[in-house]
Amino acid sequence: MNKPIRVVSVFCLVLFMALLVNATYLMYVRADDLSDDPRNNRVITAAYSRERGAILVGNDAVARSVPSDDRYKYQRTYSEPFKYAPITGYFSRFSQTGVERSQNAVLAGDDSRLFVTRLVDMLSNSDPKGGNVQLTVDAAAQDAAWTGLENLSGDAQGAVVALEPTTGRVLAMASTPTFDPNGFASHDFEAVDELGKRLNNDPREPLINRAIGTTLPPGSTFKLVTAAAAIESGDYDADSMVPGGFRFRLPQSSVSIPNHDGGDCGGRRITMTQAMQVSCNVTFLSLANELGVEAMAEQAEAFGFNDTSLEDLGGQAKSLYPRDMDPPQTAMSGIGQASVTASPLQMAMVAAAIANDGDVMRPYVVDEVRAPNLSVLDRTDPQSISKAMSSSTAEELTKMLVATVESGTATPAQIPGVEVAGKTGTAQSTADQPPYAWFVSFAPADDPQVAVAVLVQSSDTAREEIAGGLLGGPIAKAIMEAVINQ
Amino acid sequence: MSQTGTLMGFVHRRRRGAELWLLVLALAVGIGAYAAVGLGLEGEVPADLAGYGGWLTALIVAAHVAVRIVAPYADPVLLPLVAALNGLGLAVLRRLDLTYEANGLDQHTFARQQLTWMTLGVILFVGTLFLLRDHRSLQRFTYTSGLAGILLLILPFLPIIGGKINGARIWINVAGFSFQPGEVAKVLLVIAFAGYLVLHRDALALAGRRVVFIDLPRGRDLGPILAMFGVSMMILVAQNDLGSSLLFFGLFLVMLYVATERAGWLVVGGLLFAAGALAAYTFVDNVRNRFDFWLHPMDYYYESPGSGQLVEALFGMGWGGLIGRGLGNGFPERVPFAYSDFILSTIGEELGLTAVMAIVLCYGLIVERALRIALISRDGFGKLMAVGLAAIIALQVFVVIGGVTGLIPLTGLTTPFLSYGGSSLVANWVVVALLLRISDQARRPAPRLDPVDDSAADDEHTQVVKLR
Repeated sequence: MNKPIRVVSVFCLVLFMALLVNATYLMYVRADDLSDDPRNNRVITAAYSRERGAILVGNDAVARSVPSDDRYKYQRTYSEPFKYAPITGYFSRFSQTGVERSQNAVLAGDDSRLFVTRLVDMLSNSDPKGGNVQLTVDAAAQDAAWTGLENLSGDAQGAVVALEPTTGRVLAMASTPTFDPNGFASHDFEAVDELGKRLNNDPREPLINRAIGTTLPPGSTFKLVTAAAAIESGDYDADSMVPGGFRFRLPQSSVSIPNHDGGDCGGRRITMTQAMQVSCNVTFLSLANELGVEAMAEQAEAFGFNDTSLEDLGGQAKSLYPRDMDPPQTAMSGIGQASVTASPLQMAMVAAAIANDGDVMRPYVVDEVRAPNLSVLDRTDPQSISKAMSSSTAEELTKMLVATVESGTATPAQIPGVEVAGKTGTAQSTADQPPYAWFVSFAPADDPQVAVAVLVQSSDTAREEIAGGLLGGPIAKAIMEAVINQ
Repeated sequence: MSQTGTLMGFVHRRRRGAELWLLVLALAVGIGAYAAVGLGLEGEVPADLAGYGGWLTALIVAAHVAVRIVAPYADPVLLPLVAALNGLGLAVLRRLDLTYEANGLDQHTFARQQLTWMTLGVILFVGTLFLLRDHRSLQRFTYTSGLAGILLLILPFLPIIGGKINGARIWINVAGFSFQPGEVAKVLLVIAFAGYLVLHRDALALAGRRVVFIDLPRGRDLGPILAMFGVSMMILVAQNDLGSSLLFFGLFLVMLYVATERAGWLVVGGLLFAAGALAAYTFVDNVRNRFDFWLHPMDYYYESPGSGQLVEALFGMGWGGLIGRGLGNGFPERVPFAYSDFILSTIGEELGLTAVMAIVLCYGLIVERALRIALISRDGFGKLMAVGLAAIIALQVFVVIGGVTGLIPLTGLTTPFLSYGGSSLVANWVVVALLLRISDQARRPAPRLDPVDDSAADDEHTQVVKLR
């Protein structure tokens, strides 16, 4: 009978091997999928039962977990909820957004960089704690950004991004209307569910981080890109004579486009600097038409269009410069119309690249990852993602933009004693909708510390005022002052 | 029988010292786990650790001493494996009790009851070893065992004492205790099968028609397997107990194959199993549900009956990951019946894949030792019994662990030695006693020609002579 017993032994071996393989598959390979299932109550209960790490701005925690006396051990609280909501996002039983989501592994304490901490917690039998996330945000700049947006009229929608040109650090990022993440952190899950539904159905879309998630025609601020492409082509500099005049007739078309004020920009031939100062549509329509869609697209992509570059936050919309535009559309793209769209972050990157000798730095909001005891585990290194232009081109552009702030359309951004470079923009949408006011700037022009992009849409402001940079200019100015005066 | 030839010259060592050392390790597992439960849930070593540890140690030492006295040549690995599993099971039950108590549930003394059952189990273990000096005397009870086994299976249908718990009619209630007679029946059936097959193996091994290298059995010999198939289907339909049904039929099939050395029986059995499974899937709602839940567990999470239990177990084990959340840091109470059928999900969640693998390996070793005993056993009856007992453990472990981890459809069976359940625990301790008895006989130096002493009955004498 020994032969069949050996067969049975082999059979049993197969059975037990199958158990081992299946257990490994279930508990190792499939474990992450199971944890991601929204019905998996364990994951979220555990998240509420351990001290989730803080999100720090400077030395202050804008999001942290405090002991709670209800059925869960900790309550997530946000000290300045509206101001920081677009960056921190929210942390609820059902989902997370913003840094709460992108840095979830660190905050929850599951990240591999926290392995030693976890091991110590396990050996000392103390409750595991999450790591902390230090943001790049400058509190003063963020204050200025949020105050500026808050002081806009009631139904205004807008967003602000400020970057440090040399590194890509996000110094400020605000969006309005926004929401209170404390509501999502509530342990009353029914109320959280209600809140989520209400905000999702709100036509003003408060859950969207407009600074990165909304793309709109950039209007005249896109003239920076057109000018960069023109100078990079080698045929132009700040003092080159370019076409001015009252109207530009689109190629292959009978349509002709006037300047925004109906004037002639100061003559049939003007300098490029003057064209920038008065935001001359005719000049940039004709430049874009002359350069062609390929050159324009390459310049736009060198600035970061048609791609996403911010890796720390979800919900980034791609800024677009389509390559399949026909010649009339290409000409229109020169003044930021047609199918060109950009997010405030993208326009801030354009300004920052000009300020940084043409180097486009990858924007980032997470500066450091820290252990629960605040020792630094990891630090984000600035990373150059492309060279948008030569440093001489950047110098030429800077000259033009400084002139625009000194005596052009961008005068509201003037700061006494500081050379500011800036450009306004107005993107016309349909007649029944208010236009979008854009403002991009950086300062000081000779040693840039901050580059800003502001986007505002408000119904009770006249169209010409918007074009004058009266909405975005003061906000940009306040942010630049906040950074420079430190 | 040709199995003894090469082994006769080899004399096994007793290895009782090795067993003692392994038992110390097993006790360290059991008592250490109990202490860890206290540390994890209450932040301190349990106050009754000394009493608990002392009791556990006393039980294990008693078992060890009994083995030393009456089965000195028995396999040295089996008892420590069982002791480790039982000790770990007790600690995990204690861990669940603490949570159940905190949640205000009535039933939160599983560990205490299990310790009582373990005590009874060890008493029966010792009793079996002392009273049964030669397993071959069981062969006399072939038909008695078979009849008793069938009767035990029918008991739950009797009025008054029969009972239905959680949809399965497999319980009897006597004097306030619930008992699953099926757990005892499986041991009796192993004895009955072994006795029957060792006598009729020659007839059953006769070849019938030959189909593609395999000799099928003769049609007239199909009686026993058809009868067993009928009993299994009856258990399935009448008692709604998929696990036991599978276990009994699989057990019989394995023993039949080993006794006759005819792979043809496996073909016949496999066909019968396939037919039975198909019929059950078609006609028995419970079976069809289990099958659907297994294929698409996530789709039936909110249904009732649904796969909520299985999915929660999968969530728990996935969440446990490689090393688990630590005792007291998981939520095993989310899984209904975490103390019985689903105890492995508790272990997976809090002790991780590492512990699950260790446990599967422990069971694997138990089965391996049992089959090794079967290989070296000198008599056909002992061989068949050892194979049968090994098959019970292997099939039961595969069916329940496979079910809980989603490898195969879920069937209700207890995890031997780990799960809460008096009948199962007591029966399994007797299984181990029987295995040790057979292995003691097998490893003992070749029997002398004058083995008749005062304690041995005369009829055994004839058998010993027959063996040589």
